[in-house]
Amino acid sequence: MGDISQTLKEQILQAGKSGQKLNIEGGGTKAFMGRAADTDAGTLKLGEHTGIVEYHPVELIMTARAGTPLAEIEATLAEEGQCLHFEPPRFGEGSTLGGTLACNVSGPARPWSGSVRDQVLGIRLLNGKGEHLRFGGQVMKNVAGYDTSRLQAGAMGTLGAITEISLKVMPKPAMSLTLVQDMALDDVIHYINSRAKEPKPITGAAWVDGKVYLRLAGARSAVEATAEKWSGDVTEQGDAFWQQLQHMQHDFFAGDEPLWRFSVGSTAGNPELDGPWLIDWAGSQRWYRGEADITRMETMAQRAGGQVSLFRGGDRTDEVMHNQPRALKELQSRLKKSFDPDGIFNPGRLYSWL
Amino acid sequence: MTTKPKISRAELAEQFRAFIDPDFVITDNETMKPYECDGMSMYCEMPMLVVLPETAEQVQRIMRICNEHEVPVVARGAGTGLSAGAMPHKEGVVLSLAKFNRILDIDPLARTARLQPGVRNLAISEEVDQFGLYYGPDPSSQIACTIGGNVAENSGGVHCLKYGLTVHNILSVEMITAEGERVTIGSDALDVCGMDLLALMTGSEGLLGIVTEVKVKLLPKPEVAQVVMAGFDSIQKAGDAVGGIISHGIIPGGLEMMDGHAIIAADDFAQAGYPREAKALLLCEVDGTEEEVHEHIAQAEALFRELGATSVKTSQSEQERALLWKGRKSAFPAVGRISPDYYCMDGTIPRRHLAHVLLEMEKMSEEFGLRVANVFHAGDGNLHPLILFDANVPGEFESTEAFGGRILDLCVEVGGCITGEHGVGVEKIRQMAVQFNDEELQQFHDVKAAFDPAGILNPGKGVPALRFCQEYRSLEHKQHKHDTVEAAHG
Repeated sequence: MGDISQTLKEQILQAGKSGQKLNIEGGGTKAFMGRAADTDAGTLKLGEHTGIVEYHPVELIMTARAGTPLAEIEATLAEEGQCLHFEPPRFGEGSTLGGTLACNVSGPARPWSGSVRDQVLGIRLLNGKGEHLRFGGQVMKNVAGYDTSRLQAGAMGTLGAITEISLKVMPKPAMSLTLVQDMALDDVIHYINSRAKEPKPITGAAWVDGKVYLRLAGARSAVEATAEKWSGDVTEQGDAFWQQLQHMQHDFFAGDEPLWRFSVGSTAGNPELDGPWLIDWAGSQRWYRGEADITRMETMAQRAGGQVSLFRGGDRTDEVMHNQPRALKELQSRLKKSFDPDGIFNPGRLYSWL
Repeated sequence: MTTKPKISRAELAEQFRAFIDPDFVITDNETMKPYECDGMSMYCEMPMLVVLPETAEQVQRIMRICNEHEVPVVARGAGTGLSAGAMPHKEGVVLSLAKFNRILDIDPLARTARLQPGVRNLAISEEVDQFGLYYGPDPSSQIACTIGGNVAENSGGVHCLKYGLTVHNILSVEMITAEGERVTIGSDALDVCGMDLLALMTGSEGLLGIVTEVKVKLLPKPEVAQVVMAGFDSIQKAGDAVGGIISHGIIPGGLEMMDGHAIIAADDFAQAGYPREAKALLLCEVDGTEEEVHEHIAQAEALFRELGATSVKTSQSEQERALLWKGRKSAFPAVGRISPDYYCMDGTIPRRHLAHVLLEMEKMSEEFGLRVANVFHAGDGNLHPLILFDANVPGEFESTEAFGGRILDLCVEVGGCITGEHGVGVEKIRQMAVQFNDEELQQFHDVKAAFDPAGILNPGKGVPALRFCQEYRSLEHKQHKHDTVEAAHG
């Protein structure tokens, strides 16, 4: 426990020499994401590289090792009335900060509070040459060098092993309140976008099972005054609902049916696919359950101004992420090579060609 | 990095004129003169040629030709940059995006706008005001600077603690790669699959691609904004008050600090009614719904008094709010009035080290015999020391540069960085060696090579060649050793 970066470094150097590949693992709770891991590869265990290195509540900044569980981080922040306001999902007790960044996962507040990537200020990273590099810093503004910290978001460890992350934290809102009302899917996109366009303290807008949920959070006076003006009933189950959404524990997510994530334009018409939908992020993130062909899904996602991925279940030996145009494939392959020339890290996890 | 281009000026111009209006392929020195520098006018260079394309296809063809002949290309927006990032390469092309000045599409419901890169920052907010929306990042140069340049520098502004930087406020860019490929990075959605190339592009100072279109997010205009101005008799107390506000759970829309020199200069210039006897001044803007602002303003006023403010005043009208900001926003020209020249630094520091850094800076000011005034984006730790000098006094600019370099070293020493928002460009390239080691810098070079194998995009900027770094570090080392010896003898 604690700082094991030296051990990690040696393991990478060894892998480089012996031609071994390494799957990076934190808490192991996101093993279902991405393509199936290479079974011949060894494991680089970040889960023991833990600990909060620095925390300055007054500066809204925390630095923690990548293997630190989100639970520990959030408990520490809560003592100071602060939080990770990108609301990272936990898929188990072991979910770590590093995995959250590598997979770029954020909760319902994302359109207003930003994603995990948005809050990252700097990282340390072990590249494929075993070099322990430091990028960015502990300050909110930093344009020295390329932003290789945020580049890691969504790279799923293909560029290296993130070992440490500095990020911006925020005060917890003074209060929050949830309004709920019945609404058909056909009406909900326009409705939530109209609400999001108003200068009100909105931090959540989702639709599931024929009901639209809006969350207001911030100064008490502002939240109460807005709730007064807007339609919908205040629900006591609000907090529970948003938590279920954040951690994907809502009934919608239960079962083995393939789970598709559409990341699309917030106002785009919903893809014409029968079956259960859950809409989050004020229309920008839409979940679908059911068997489908990825190429067909991609066409629909593109029409909606975005992309699709097979988030969980289904065939994970094939591609699970939206196909990339040739030029972007080329750029990402070259970037991979620049960080990991021997292709040690997470081979084929993000795309078969990476 | 490129050496001598494999094509002459005349040949290159002829190739460009085959598909670009010949009037906009400029080769005569007189017409090229305005392009010799950006806002950092101490660094000048005449280019080989200036070209002003007006379509992405033309940019693509320009890049293909330049890539083939290994001709350096420096992209240029409004030229307001403060780190010589748009300074021409003497054997290269300046690619001006001035003709890309159209707002292509506004979607009020989705709260997005699609823009050509030459659209001015302020013009976006002006145009979408009719829908009750605005564009968040508001750098001080927003009247003139363009969105393409904002992407290149990851520009912030006074409101970025709450509303973020350019990287937080864009959805996608269309760009032309060094090899002339046209790609879209990002989408209408909040994220895309794969590595976050959009973040990598933002702030890359024209070294990775030429942006030909930007899609930005727009924000609903807050119902109300009010400013509390608080004067303090010490920097330390003002610094503590900043911490106090934030720990209280209030995230101000803007939070700015000025030191005594800056207060007087700005007040002389703008007659903003600043407390002239104060050693430090805070401007704390709270925005949001009427109820929220009312609640937070009352808390902020009480807190500032409790933390030792010698004066507290809150804007009671839009006019008054504008006046309080006018002083801050005109701090640079105001300082320009009290000195023939000034040099603006851009380091960032963890806020807890503010008092220490300012004290050290005062000592350096005496050592170099140069005055310094400070304005500070207190909310986000971005320090703008303005070193006052006279370029007509031989050697004074050189000592100003040295003084500036020392300030940046100090920022890095306390855990900050050499540039918060102005970029590295040419100006701060030596200090990159202080902030990064050779392995890190090599990784940057490798990233660059992935995008630009021939090294034609803005060569010589942003990331220093490793061989210069060792020299700089050893010089620095000697300098510090010298200081230590002197201190021991003193």
